[in-house]
Amino acid sequence: MDEMKEIIRNYVIEEYVEDDTEINFDTPLISGGIVDSFSMVSLKRFLENKYQISIPDDQATPEAFDSVNKITDLVNDFIR
Amino acid sequence: MAHIGSYDDRVKNFSWDIAAKELDYQPGNVINIGWYCSDRICLLGKADKPALIWEGLGGKEKTFTYNDIRLHSNAIGHFLRGLGIRPEDRVCLFMDKLPELYLGFLGILKIGAIAQPLFSAFGDESLFVRLENARTTAIITQKKHAPKVRKIIDRLPFVRHIIIVDHDPGKPLGQREVSFDLGRAPRADAFEIHPTTAESPSVLHYTSGTTGQPKGVKHVHYSLLSQYLTARWVLDLHDDDIYWCTADPGWVTGTSYGIIGAFSNGVTQCVLDAGFSAEAWYRFIEKHRITMWYSAPTAIRSLMKAGEEAVKKFDLSSLRHLASVGEPLNAEAVIWSEKVFGKPFYDTYWQTETGSIVISNYPGMKVKPGSMGRPFPGIEATVVHPDTFEPFHEPGKVGIIALKPDWPALMRTYWDNEAAFRSKFRKGWYLPGDRSSIDAEGYFWFVGRDDDVINTGGHLVSPFEVESALLEHPAVAESAVVAKPDYVNMEVVKAFVTLKPGHTASADLDLAIMNFVRKKLSPLAMPQEIEFVDTLPKTRSGKIMRRILKAKEWGEEIGDTSTLEDD
Repeated sequence: MDEMKEIIRNYVIEEYVEDDTEINFDTPLISGGIVDSFSMVSLKRFLENKYQISIPDDQATPEAFDSVNKITDLVNDFIR
Repeated sequence: MAHIGSYDDRVKNFSWDIAAKELDYQPGNVINIGWYCSDRICLLGKADKPALIWEGLGGKEKTFTYNDIRLHSNAIGHFLRGLGIRPEDRVCLFMDKLPELYLGFLGILKIGAIAQPLFSAFGDESLFVRLENARTTAIITQKKHAPKVRKIIDRLPFVRHIIIVDHDPGKPLGQREVSFDLGRAPRADAFEIHPTTAESPSVLHYTSGTTGQPKGVKHVHYSLLSQYLTARWVLDLHDDDIYWCTADPGWVTGTSYGIIGAFSNGVTQCVLDAGFSAEAWYRFIEKHRITMWYSAPTAIRSLMKAGEEAVKKFDLSSLRHLASVGEPLNAEAVIWSEKVFGKPFYDTYWQTETGSIVISNYPGMKVKPGSMGRPFPGIEATVVHPDTFEPFHEPGKVGIIALKPDWPALMRTYWDNEAAFRSKFRKGWYLPGDRSSIDAEGYFWFVGRDDDVINTGGHLVSPFEVESALLEHPAVAESAVVAKPDYVNMEVVKAFVTLKPGHTASADLDLAIMNFVRKKLSPLAMPQEIEFVDTLPKTRSGKIMRRILKAKEWGEEIGDTSTLEDD
């Protein structure tokens, strides 16, 4: 679980953060303006590739993607 | 009572002198949007009225009165003059919706310089082409976006200053960088506003076309007359309104109605500088008792997706009038809004080049869900034949929208591209590039773009720009980019790609290409779907036939394929 969180957090930092903004597991990503709704598509694609899952569009909501913790919960729902 | 009163009476008796009179403007006078949006409102006795209520991440809030925005914009103007910025220099605003963006915009105009707002999510290449085209003198930005500027600054020798509004004092500044702290800058009570006149340039917004690089749309201070009056009659701004325009000033709605229309009418406006979340938006309306809400179909459809239950958690009874812009508002969204908010969203139609609303639904007028509405009083609009440019007179006939080019906010040219500007006019009409029909009651019904430009979430994306970016990816041999239908954004970018020898299609490559375009151009331009193909359909002369790919995406007839290259 923690390893997954770290992987997702590192990906978010690498791909979506330009400056030295700190990202923790609860940092609001969508409502905080770090990942916009268009970029969410690429984040979803990363998760699907990485964890070999398919997240239906109706579950890929801004709320479900709003923090590393929430994303991890979502991914785990599909891995199980 | 709505300001517009009877639409038919307004049409009959219309003159732009109405706006001039209300603004105490006479031809030949000095007209400076920065002054009209701050100093004049103070002179009208509203110095202590809140002008801007700003809320950032985590509920952090700041309120600026009209006197505050007067003094702060003076301070920014003073600072820019101190750096040697002169009238008509281009000053780019490249930041999130911080207060400095709104105040900086007014400060730039007050010194007679040209404000060049750019969407803060632009990648470094999108930023570069727009700064290079405008030969921008200075960039006002924030530390979050400064790394993108630093990546390209060596290729921009004419940029003399990069002004960072939230610089950490302990950290070193890069080349050509200077810090500006609004909180510490002296509030300048006495300030000599540059005596701009009607045709003095004011704002340079960039827009995308089917071919070529983005074009800089030049507006002038006289645009104020249109923006003031349309904000008053269409958005129906009243003195006691609490107004929320959700648009980002990196795009034209965010300046014409997120700054100029609101402040020149002296209303209180709220700004939420945070990402989208249905509950956060409803909470914002409830907290600030928003009365007039100007938003976009993409946002409205996202709210629809979040469901009615989310609406019921909040007291949204303050809402008095709702309007929408960016792309056609579908009938379903209008009906949904009537059901959950008790009032419809009134669709408005205009674009970067028109500078202000040109066709709209008006308070007090019957709304036909799905219709763009009727022309703004004083604007002659019709649909014309695509080849002869003669008006169609039969109701329901689809043609190209055509407008008589005689309202104050119409662009004056494309920056350094007069030929492209002239190409927008035919037989005395300005052609915005959209297709529509008109019904028997004079309501316009949007059909689609008249070119290959992609309208995604209300923003135009050039397929040419995306294709050019794709070709810079080491794996891509050829590409074709088209619009793909999308429920929330109306259209999204789809790319068809052939690969260079030695590269194989895979999920990882798909993601790598998406991210490559996103960082280079912007999240809007990122293909949301990439289809790897062996070949692309081309004419015998080798030109890629986008329309065939687009027709397939939309389930339409492919049409004439006689020029298609044989396999």
